[in-house]
Amino acid sequence: MSDLVRLVAGGTHWHGGSRSVAHGSVAHVWRLMPCGSDGKAALTARTRRIVHALALGGAALLLGGCESVMNPAGDVALRERNLILASTGLMLLIIVPVIAATLIFAWRYRASNTAAVYDPEWHHSTQLEVLIWTAPLLIIVALGALTWISTHVLDPFHSVTRIGDKQPVAPGTKPLVIDVVALDWKWLFVYPDQGIATVNDLSLPLNRPVDFHITSATVMNSFFIPALAGQIYAMAGMETKLSVVANRTGDFNGLSSHYSGTGFSHMNFGTHSLSPEGFDKWVASVKAKGTNLDDASYKQLEKPSEGVAPIYYSGVRDRLYHDILNMCSTPGKMCASEMMMIDAHGGGGKNSEENYKRLLDDSSGVREGDEAPGATFPASGRPPNTIDAQPQGAKPREVAPKVNSAGGVPGSSPSGNMPGMGDHDLKGPGMSGHDANGHMDGQPAPPKPGDEPAPSQLNEH
Amino acid sequence: MFSHLNQQQLILGRFTLEAIPYHEPILVVTFLGVAVAGGALLAAVTYYGWWTYLWKEWFTSVDHKKIGIMYVVLAIVMLLRGFSDALLMRSQQAVAFGSDNGYLPPHHYDQIFTAHGVIMIFFMAMPFVTGLMNYVVPLQIGARDVAFPFLNNFSFWMTVAGAMLVMMSLFVGEFARTTWLNYPPLSEASFSPGVGVDYYIWSLQIAGIGTTLSGINLIATIVKMRAPGMSLMKMPIFCWTSLCTNVLIVSAFPILTAVLALLTLDRYVGTNFFTNDLGGNPMMYFNLIWIWGHPEVYILILPAFGIFSEVTATYCGKKLFGYTSMVYATVAITILSYIVWLHHFFTMGSGASVNSFFGITTMIISIPTGAKIFNWLFTMYRGRIRFEVPMLWTVGFMVTFVIGGMTGVLLAVPPADFVLHNSLFLVAHFHNVIIGGVFFGLMAGTTYWFPKAFGFKLDPFWGKMSFWFWTIGFYFAFMPLYVLGLLGVTRRQNHFDDRSLQIWFLLAAFGAVLILIGIASFLVQIYVSVRNREALRDLTGDPWDGRTLEWSTASPPPEYNFAFTPIVHDLDAWSDMKARGYTRPLEGFRPIHMPKNTGAGAILAGLAFAFGVGMIWYVWWLAALSFIAILVTAIGHTFNYNRDFTIPAEEVVHAEDSRTRLLVGPA
Repeated sequence: MSDLVRLVAGGTHWHGGSRSVAHGSVAHVWRLMPCGSDGKAALTARTRRIVHALALGGAALLLGGCESVMNPAGDVALRERNLILASTGLMLLIIVPVIAATLIFAWRYRASNTAAVYDPEWHHSTQLEVLIWTAPLLIIVALGALTWISTHVLDPFHSVTRIGDKQPVAPGTKPLVIDVVALDWKWLFVYPDQGIATVNDLSLPLNRPVDFHITSATVMNSFFIPALAGQIYAMAGMETKLSVVANRTGDFNGLSSHYSGTGFSHMNFGTHSLSPEGFDKWVASVKAKGTNLDDASYKQLEKPSEGVAPIYYSGVRDRLYHDILNMCSTPGKMCASEMMMIDAHGGGGKNSEENYKRLLDDSSGVREGDEAPGATFPASGRPPNTIDAQPQGAKPREVAPKVNSAGGVPGSSPSGNMPGMGDHDLKGPGMSGHDANGHMDGQPAPPKPGDEPAPSQLNEH
Repeated sequence: MFSHLNQQQLILGRFTLEAIPYHEPILVVTFLGVAVAGGALLAAVTYYGWWTYLWKEWFTSVDHKKIGIMYVVLAIVMLLRGFSDALLMRSQQAVAFGSDNGYLPPHHYDQIFTAHGVIMIFFMAMPFVTGLMNYVVPLQIGARDVAFPFLNNFSFWMTVAGAMLVMMSLFVGEFARTTWLNYPPLSEASFSPGVGVDYYIWSLQIAGIGTTLSGINLIATIVKMRAPGMSLMKMPIFCWTSLCTNVLIVSAFPILTAVLALLTLDRYVGTNFFTNDLGGNPMMYFNLIWIWGHPEVYILILPAFGIFSEVTATYCGKKLFGYTSMVYATVAITILSYIVWLHHFFTMGSGASVNSFFGITTMIISIPTGAKIFNWLFTMYRGRIRFEVPMLWTVGFMVTFVIGGMTGVLLAVPPADFVLHNSLFLVAHFHNVIIGGVFFGLMAGTTYWFPKAFGFKLDPFWGKMSFWFWTIGFYFAFMPLYVLGLLGVTRRQNHFDDRSLQIWFLLAAFGAVLILIGIASFLVQIYVSVRNREALRDLTGDPWDGRTLEWSTASPPPEYNFAFTPIVHDLDAWSDMKARGYTRPLEGFRPIHMPKNTGAGAILAGLAFAFGVGMIWYVWWLAALSFIAILVTAIGHTFNYNRDFTIPAEEVVHAEDSRTRLLVGPA
């Protein structure tokens, strides 16, 4: 904590990212144990930094690992980090005295200390009252101003206007656009201008603004690369945006930070910040070696799977991201945008009855026999709280166990069956083993270890 | 489609024998433990013939004191369950690195963190707070019971019914895997089919009825039943915070009920309020649940603030500093708590102006909260502080809570929240305020009022053990989570790739073990205190030199609380009475009119439980029958005119005389 106080008291280092990442004295405090490519920094400089940092002691040491919130690699995350330090410093102005006073008063006015003044009737002081309301108020006024400004400056929906301190984005620079789709449980990155796509591998060029357009083809997730910028939710049928710039080359961790079901813990992706030439080379290599992401391969990709190794696509079917966003990636489905247009023109009247089925979203794959991301007994098709059935959630259709049909999902079926009436329209290919009554006929077969497709197999279309 | 109907489904819904996890060692052992302990308890009760006593004197009681005690017992039982979940999570996260997947697969782990949150908030903290308010508020305002004694009993049993549904999910079927706020679209039928989410919905709906009614009850009690002379600004501060809390309950819980009802419609009849497709909007659920959820935070913390105020004034031997500003701070928090909800999802993509508005309103709450901290600080100033166990909890609270407050304000800065949201930093923050604030307050309150409820003090040695293990354990368990959050580690993961993080999780697990010792010390404390109750006995009714009216009557108080309704002249009424040389009236006792016990509350809640089971398992006949039975019983109960009785004057004389003898002493 002491270094935080110093940072604020020092008054220059933390303010609005007034130093660039590579040279700021704050930054090197947080970079004691450089990761990846940074590990090969000049040794003497590093030794000096370590000595310097050790002198500062405390929290800095503990937090100085790989790129993360406290040790960012991009201007947006850096400014967010600095904001954390500044706000913390401001608040410590009042928190430290309060903690100290609590302990001092507790000690001084202990009952055994008869030397201390005892004044049982003293319970009001207008001056003190004014002080205890205005002191926090002043801090909050300062912090509120800081909040208002920083929230507008760092609005993730606006393209970044600078790549670093005193380094505005050159006029005419076109940000790199990347469309991001959260799937069960991996990330699809479509590079519309390059015409390529990847899964769980995000590569971006150094010092060039990157605009992410983010949606989900399943439940809610949160798109988060701690080293580059804060997170933003990925939601089906909606698009969120995030703008970042990477200031260091290196490999950073990316993750989903909003719980999304069984495979959530393995929903990580590598983020690679490459030099501009390196990025071009990378694009070329993806174009050279990858396969095509068409309707069939997307259908396959969409199925739940976890811990998926990177997949590369040299081509992407036209408007794929648009269709995922509008929940019509499956051929024959009606796009939400189309329905909105119809509604905007007064609605479809009786024809809407037809549209209903075309608007039902089946992208979760639930209706085709895959286990739903949050399924519980009896719809999970496994005995409650089974420990040994791995992997969970990524169960392929062929071995999906039989489900007691009484456990079917009312309301979600296209036929609108009422609860408890035997929802046989739910039968997907994986449930073909049902007897007519939908009985649970004995123990469902546990998935055999060899039956699951290995993540790498997914790439071999 | 009726041709598909079959007998088994008709009778048992979606229940099958498979629903019982007899194949799962952890659960079987747990079940055996619960069954053996529960069986032994039931056997003992039967053997000693306590059933009649329990039914007549406790289960059907409308006495606010007994109901308060039962609430606290429920909370402690649920604390043990919720904490077991915490231990499972901490140990899983301490080992699951790299190639080691730990011992809990996602399917199981996800239920555990969901159940932990639901239990700790709804079935530990809420009953604990309600229990203390129930016990103390009528005594502090000089009343003989709450405004609606039967409703109080009914509220308690509805809470129990909800808790029983959650407990049942452990051994029959499964609980939700959708996090404690059950966010759609994950909690929708297409993504979370099965009984888990339905257990969640029905347990909260049933318990929520109890909570709302108990809120109405306590508001009416505080507004209408204060002793003569006790104007609002002469009311003890705990009553003020209770009043504000119950106003929050009554205005916030209906929103929870409504949002869960909408989700129920989505799941049961196929509406599309919160679905991805067909025009549903999950964001609406986030808004609604947090419009309940943020006030809920203050519902929990305000009574704790009240407890700390009472405790500080008592053990410092001093009037509370700045009573008036304390009251205004409480009211300000109550109002402000309704305009901050959006800070729980800055990352959902609201515009910068919306985000900053909610960020700044959130920060504004820290002003009255800060004023409260200063008020306690200046109450200590020039006091004569006796470090009894409740005061230790209070000082521990003041130091710990301001750290949690600071990280909370930090999270209110939207760009900072973008990197810290959903991280372990957030987890550390809310445990910091809920353990360091709410739970420390509940422990302080329990130790403080225990001698009032039972006539003897709690053993101070084990109380101090509990305090130190809880406090040190808290720092070990949650400071590492702050660090992990700053390293970009998110919550609810059951596996990590980066081995360098493991040391922090090991530290946190160690902290959890210390807290386990803290909880064990508390249980030992109760056992030791009961065993040594004669040595710890308090005959005066006022063991701490208290300041408020509850200390003016006997410990434990007679059924009627006060033989004569006290007349209040000043703040800290009992202190004032003592200072003016109050003498206890020894004659002139009159018959006292009291409400009569009734089993209707327990029966209605039992039927509500059956209704919940029917709805969860699609046993429609059971749901229908129990629903009709609820209506019939409730209407039938309104025709029960035999609701009150009179304690004859001789009994009052007898009770008061025996107290007089105790006060004079054995000589």
